[in-house]
Amino acid sequence: MNAVKFLFAAYIITWVIHSFYLGSLVRRFSRLREQLKELQKK
Amino acid sequence: MNSLWTLTLATLKKDIRLEWRSKDALNSMLFFSLLVVVIFAFAFDPLAEESRHIAGGLIWVAFLFAAVVALNQTWARELRNQVLDAYRVSPAPANALFLAKALGNFLFVSVLEALMTPLFVVFYNLHVLGPAWQLIPIAILGTWALVVNGTFFAAMSLRTRSREIMLPLLLFPISIPAVLGMVAGTTAVLTGDNPAHFYIVLLLTYDVVFTTACLGLFETILHAE
Amino acid sequence: MKRLFPILSVVTAVLLAYALYLALVVAPTDAQQGDVYRIIYYHVPSAWTAFLLFLINFVSSIVYLIRRNPKADMLALVCAEVGVVFCTVVLVTGPIWARPVWGIWWAPGDIRLTSTLVMWLIYVSYLVLRRFSTSAQTQILAAALAVFGALDVPLVYFSIWFFRTQHPQPVIGGGGSMDPRMLHVLLINWLAFLCFAFLVCWSRFRLELLHREVEEAHAMQSLAGDGVGARASVPLSRSQK
Repeated sequence: MNAVKFLFAAYIITWVIHSFYLGSLVRRFSRLREQLKELQKK
Repeated sequence: MNSLWTLTLATLKKDIRLEWRSKDALNSMLFFSLLVVVIFAFAFDPLAEESRHIAGGLIWVAFLFAAVVALNQTWARELRNQVLDAYRVSPAPANALFLAKALGNFLFVSVLEALMTPLFVVFYNLHVLGPAWQLIPIAILGTWALVVNGTFFAAMSLRTRSREIMLPLLLFPISIPAVLGMVAGTTAVLTGDNPAHFYIVLLLTYDVVFTTACLGLFETILHAE
Repeated sequence: MKRLFPILSVVTAVLLAYALYLALVVAPTDAQQGDVYRIIYYHVPSAWTAFLLFLINFVSSIVYLIRRNPKADMLALVCAEVGVVFCTVVLVTGPIWARPVWGIWWAPGDIRLTSTLVMWLIYVSYLVLRRFSTSAQTQILAAALAVFGALDVPLVYFSIWFFRTQHPQPVIGGGGSMDPRMLHVLLINWLAFLCFAFLVCWSRFRLELLHREVEEAHAMQSLAGDGVGARASVPLSRSQK
């Protein structure tokens, strides 16, 4: 039973890592779109 | 081919002459090497039974740090005097410049190693249990492995922020197989437990592969600055 | 093309869920390791995906060095970045698997995990170069580094392999053949992660296109003599935003 803890930890951490990366992509996207909007306004 | 070597030797001689005249860099690096050995002697108990097993690793880590300090100023003089621009415009083969720098670094780091080794032998009471002559190809091939890539990455780091940290950052990961070869080979010879042949072959392969890669891509890098 | 992305996202999500179900429920329990071995269904596909991405990085870098095609350079960057993410997963799940099975987190002679660590280091250094380089030709430098990195990988593998034969150590993840049912589940999980990787790379590629568009807009503005634009263009580093 103790060992199964590691199994779930591994699966969860995998998706945590992927979520962090996807989150950073979303953040970069919104920041760039804002910048583009500002530049196109001028 | 002839002109490549003539040019390489001419550039190398010039560099040696300049270094010898200034001697500042030389002296400070010699002292740095000594400091590294002493710090290691304090950090890792030299009287311990297993010292022979770890000495190989310690020596090469010390050499690695000394080499990085030396490599970091490889191109400093060229950068100060806009020599690189002159080289880009001239018809001279870029590889001559690279080889001259790499050979110069090789000589310089070898001098550092020659000075640090007796200190290690003294501090760690080393005597070699395996075939001692094998340490020579290991030292030559290992040093060249560090220097050839180090000279190349030093050129790549010229136009980066935090240039001094960029060199080891690029050099260390790529050098791992060579470091493994140097350390394991040296330990094998020191302890006499295992044959060091494969490590010598590994280092030779590494040197051939990366010397070719450096010579092949240096011109591209030079023009990319 | 625009509609393909959401459709593919749904397909991938379904595939991932199905693969997870197979991994946790359908796959037989291992005789020696019990249920913990199921980590393999995330660990190994991530490794294979990372290797594939790094291979694509190598090929695109060569293409870029020969042809100077900007799309090749963007592909190299994208694959390196996503590859590092998958590689991180491998390096984290590996020790988590090793601990309950072997009692140790890490074995330096474990050829697969150690080679993966070195690969991770090489490609992180590639990404650092891309971020820190101020040269106008960062792409060329990065492509050269990618070539060096790729040449290094087999050398890393063999150096550790020989080191192991002299210093035998446990191999985390085990060797030997696999139950065909387990192999089947493994391949399905790999397929699911490949689709996922493809989507992530596609998104990152679009982000890179947007980034270059913004940089161009900045440049146009500076050229137009707008002082504000020139000032604002400084913070953007070369290609890593």
